Amino acid sequence: MGKTIPVVEKITKANDQIAAMNRTRFDEHDIFSLNLMASPGAGKTSLIEKSIPLLADRFRLGVIEGDIATSLDADRTEAAGATSVQINAASCHLDAPMVSQGLDQLDLPSLDIIIVENVGNLVCPASWDLGTHLRVLIASVPEGDDKPFKYPAMYRGVDVLVINKIDLLPYVIFDMDRFREGVEALNRGVVTFPLSCQTGEGIGAWVDWVADQTRQTATL
Amino acid sequence: MPMHELPITRSLLDLAIRHAEAAGGGRITDLHLEVGRLSGVINRFVQFYWDIVTEGTPAEGALLHFKHIELEMECLGCGAVFNPEGDDYACTACSSTEVQVVDGEQFHLVSIDLEQDDSTMSEG
Ligand SMILES: Nc1nc2c(ncn2[C@@H]2O[C@H](COP(=O)(O)OP(=O)(O)OP(=O)(O)O)[C@@H](O)[C@H]2O)c(=O)[nH]1
Ligand SMILES: [Mg+2]
Ligand SMILES: [Zn+2]
Repeated sequence: MGKTIPVVEKITKANDQIAAMNRTRFDEHDIFSLNLMASPGAGKTSLIEKSIPLLADRFRLGVIEGDIATSLDADRTEAAGATSVQINAASCHLDAPMVSQGLDQLDLPSLDIIIVENVGNLVCPASWDLGTHLRVLIASVPEGDDKPFKYPAMYRGVDVLVINKIDLLPYVIFDMDRFREGVEALNRGVVTFPLSCQTGEGIGAWVDWVADQTRQTATL
Repeated sequence: MPMHELPITRSLLDLAIRHAEAAGGGRITDLHLEVGRLSGVINRFVQFYWDIVTEGTPAEGALLHFKHIELEMECLGCGAVFNPEGDDYACTACSSTEVQVVDGEQFHLVSIDLEQDDSTMSEG
């Protein structure tokens, strides 16, 4: 005998439930959390490295590095002054259970900000919520201006957009108007920070914004 | 073969089995899915992994029915609703680039079909 069972649920529901538990842990400890996503080499680790010294006088930082094979990135952020844990992403993205394991290794009461560096990939991380307060996409100029059109799910699903490597604008073909047109169609009014981890241009505005968000999270 | 759809397919199987058990168990014969273009999920890769991950489970041999949902946008200028093609998001009626997404993001399991014999029914 056959019968139809209505479900109507997101297929990633089990992940999303653990993401909600991660979020509760962040909130219990007044921690502001970010999920940094980008293609390989866009500058995720560079942005964390540059931000740490500018935030360390006011806030205590922790970093969760999702790395497939090495601890290179975790070593870099640790050297820059943030307590860093490396979780071996057994996949092309981090998911909420992996971040939960990362949180187990951090002393949460002693932290104000946790930055999660996702695996370099513009497709997979978009489907997996980690429970962080905000999702940040780092686009970098040499990748080209067509990326919002090619990876719409990623551009649609983020709260903040960093445009890195603007020091390279004179050397590569990157039509900022076309890029922004794609971004605006998918994610109207998304907070955007053009910057360069190389020259430091624009880093100040980014860091001030992170500091503001951290204070707001702590007083909620 | 992209790895992305493997964890997605496992989640789909877990979700379907949980709902089947809650409904009294039995064999899952069909799954009805809605997949929006913006979900970034590729149906044929889900299908590829499905046959592997369902082996030995109550969903072995179950058919996946994908309902593809196109990306749909609305023009903020003239109100036209349209399906953009490729990398052109401009309004097809007035060419405005002031547009927003209205549909095509979902990635849902809508329903499952179960086959239950009399013994599973009396248990459930
Ligand atoms: N010119 C220029 N190079 C940059 C900038 N930011 C980062 N880079 C360089 O880009 C390369 C990759 O930077 P990473 O920070 O390692 O990138 P990532 O996104 O963490 O890379 P993965 O973790 O491997 O995915 C390095 O050689 C950086 O020095 C920038 O603003 N301008
Ligand atoms: Mg890195
Ligand atoms: Zn129009």
